[in-house]
Amino acid sequence: MSVEIRTKGVKPLSNSFGHLQRRFGDKPATRYQEATYDIQSTANFHYKPLWDPAREMFDARRTAVMMKDWYQLKDPRQFYYGNYTTTRARQQDAIDRTLDFVEKRDLLRSLSQDIRERIVHTIVPLRHYEWGANTNSAHVSAYGYGTAITSPAMMNTADRLGMAQHISRIGLLVDGNSGDSLLAAQALWTGHADWQPLRREVERMFVTRDWFEVFVAQLLVADALVYPLFFQQIDAAIAGASGSALSSLSDALMRWYEETAKWIDAVIKTAAAESPENKALLSGWTVTWRNRLLPALVPIAQRALGNKAEDALAAAAAALDARAAKLGLTV
Amino acid sequence: MAAEGNAKPAKKLSLKENYALLTRGLGWEPSYEKKEDIFRYIHFEGVKIHDWDKWEDPFRLTMDAYWKYQGEKERKLYAIVDAFQQHNGQFNVTDARYVQALKVFINGITELEYDSHRGFNILAREFPGVGPRIAAQMQSLDELRHATTQIHTISQYAKYFTGMNEFPYQFDRVWYLSIPKSFFEDAVTSGPFEFIVAISFAFEYVLTNLAFMPWMSGAAFNGDMATVSFGFSAQSDEARHMTLGIEVIKFLLEQDPGNVPLVQKWIDKWFWRGYRLLSLLATMMDYMLPKRVMAWNEAWEIYYEQNGGALFADLARYGIKPPKRAPETIAEKGHVAHQMWSVFYANRDAVGFQMWLPSDEEMAWMSEKYPDTFDQYYRPRYEYWKAQEAAGTPFRNTTLPQLCQVCQWPCLFTESGDPTTLSLRESEYRGQTFHMCSDGCKDIFDDTPEKYVHAWLPVHQIYQGNCFLPGVDPTAPDFNPMVEALRYMGIKPGVDGGDFKGSADATNWEKWTSRPANIHEGAYTDAVRDTASPADVGARKAG
Repeated sequence: MSVEIRTKGVKPLSNSFGHLQRRFGDKPATRYQEATYDIQSTANFHYKPLWDPAREMFDARRTAVMMKDWYQLKDPRQFYYGNYTTTRARQQDAIDRTLDFVEKRDLLRSLSQDIRERIVHTIVPLRHYEWGANTNSAHVSAYGYGTAITSPAMMNTADRLGMAQHISRIGLLVDGNSGDSLLAAQALWTGHADWQPLRREVERMFVTRDWFEVFVAQLLVADALVYPLFFQQIDAAIAGASGSALSSLSDALMRWYEETAKWIDAVIKTAAAESPENKALLSGWTVTWRNRLLPALVPIAQRALGNKAEDALAAAAAALDARAAKLGLTV
Repeated sequence: MAAEGNAKPAKKLSLKENYALLTRGLGWEPSYEKKEDIFRYIHFEGVKIHDWDKWEDPFRLTMDAYWKYQGEKERKLYAIVDAFQQHNGQFNVTDARYVQALKVFINGITELEYDSHRGFNILAREFPGVGPRIAAQMQSLDELRHATTQIHTISQYAKYFTGMNEFPYQFDRVWYLSIPKSFFEDAVTSGPFEFIVAISFAFEYVLTNLAFMPWMSGAAFNGDMATVSFGFSAQSDEARHMTLGIEVIKFLLEQDPGNVPLVQKWIDKWFWRGYRLLSLLATMMDYMLPKRVMAWNEAWEIYYEQNGGALFADLARYGIKPPKRAPETIAEKGHVAHQMWSVFYANRDAVGFQMWLPSDEEMAWMSEKYPDTFDQYYRPRYEYWKAQEAAGTPFRNTTLPQLCQVCQWPCLFTESGDPTTLSLRESEYRGQTFHMCSDGCKDIFDDTPEKYVHAWLPVHQIYQGNCFLPGVDPTAPDFNPMVEALRYMGIKPGVDGGDFKGSADATNWEKWTSRPANIHEGAYTDAVRDTASPADVGARKAG
């Protein structure tokens, strides 16, 4: 547009919104800051929720954890909707190339029947674990307090659907798109003894009300045991017997897990440093859920790894303990 | 080479099959915990769902497709927003009055997107079916997108104009912003089925086009490329949301005949609630856009009377009737914009945007658009007020208006068929009297008084002394309750609101752009060199 406007020397009245100025001073804000800080309503709520009349619609009392400022729980990835979707879209392009590569060459279908059955038995049922994680993450974002934690939790909810669908695609690559592997995996998840202890704990998370406890149980503890166990240890065992076709697909899951861990760690570390009470709560939940989930993984680990299962689980548990200690928890 | 028994080529999947395989089987029947302990909120409203799998997914988007599709839209949108900011696009709009409409948007609408994000997030957790849960979580994410893109777009305006810098703070506190705030909080605090009927159907499906089309056309007409861009980018999301709205209604109505009266009650309620909220747009369309797109009554005829009429004719086979209070909206359509603008004008010292009386040119347009009402009822009022301004004794309210207990508008509306009598209704509940603006709002109150008595009515709260900042001493000799209440609301008295002429926005606009702050009134200051609007300048250059 050819409009002559004397804009040189026009000094803005302010460089950012008032709530950002009070936090960061009067300087240009990042898009993450604009989209995140102080966005959620905090005052003068009109009605008692029919589904929770003792509390407000947004209410910090839905967890026992207490923060003076819930916006301390920032996401080091600085995700807002725009850079979140464009990041995931770019990653998905790479994943799609791998899926295409594996599909065109029938890399999973051409594995021996024994290996294909191992994948269906030990990997594909995790699509249900991911759907459970989707439910749990949705719980965190639906009942959490402050955009800083709920917005990345919403993105994590979407991520978990994406992971469930990625794992489902592994199944379809094994079964030639018949869907038989997905039906088999669901039967395993709901009925086979190897999977029931884990499903039991996932369902226990579904009835856990404190959203921060759900955050710890699912995102800190369960994921820290499940991801390295299945997508490193069991994946490596399958690769040792059959080559790296599966690894090329589980690689995306591990990369996602490592990226997400940065956010989880920042949240836990900040919340634990806030007060001794928080630290005690978070430590207690970590220990409780570790002690539930570790034995829950034993049968499927033994099925997949035989006599190496104990070492694999011990390694995952040790890594979780070390990580928790680094975040300031006492486990 | 494929292993034995696995030699056939892999089956090609249609999109529908692919979606079904990747989605439908994800859920399972829990056995270690009771289903009603996992999904706790789906029973108390009385809706009966016999088979969640009967839900037809309207979008069939897998997550990877969502990321790619939305990511591409975001790349395009932010390229425009970046260019807008680099080129000071905020100065390309028609005049500084247009910016006052954006203040209403950022302060009153953006937080609604956020509340909507939360509402759908709750459904994404609480619905037992996989299909509806995924639909709800994608919409929740979309609503987060809308809040985010609005903030990112309007932040550029907020740097140069008053009254936009405290939107989250003001949304929770400013007296007239309780109209949108209470609307969405009413929906989110309802049960999940009422929420989805309220927002996905009554609001998104029946009423959103009304908000969307005039708003975005108005932005385009007035040179606001930033708002046009986020608006049109959001529209493709809205198309999905509207599809969800109609799917929800059909699903609920087909699952059990007992759902029909519940759905009808919610349609009646939320149609009226949504109408009252959106009629704020009437003032924007008729008064705040320097270049107007269409009049409110025309928009209501197209987007409700015609489109809505066809929709409800279609739903008649389920036993659904048009919204109970639709006739009142049609009777009011020639009045609401003028009545609302009058109340905002009278209370202009207590609002966060600046006000003006319509120019002669604008009044001529309104006479044409509202031949049955404007000259008879509203032109005399504006001419009287103009004379008062000219005489140096401008009219202003020094007290705050009585609010409706339900919609929280001031009780400013008139009786259907009698535009000189205010419409006032009352209900008794537990020995107290509650006031409503209309039969539509009284219906809502009388159905659930125990909910609406909790409404945080700002004017009541101000007069009860609950709206002062900490440390304010009401016994101090220089205590001014109105100034203190405005400070509590985050409104800078004499800066954010008041008269447009002489305001900081008008003065800065002329200084910065050399164009009049009000294209209908000529220059307010010596800074104006060129009285043409950008479009006229462009046309002249092209010619």
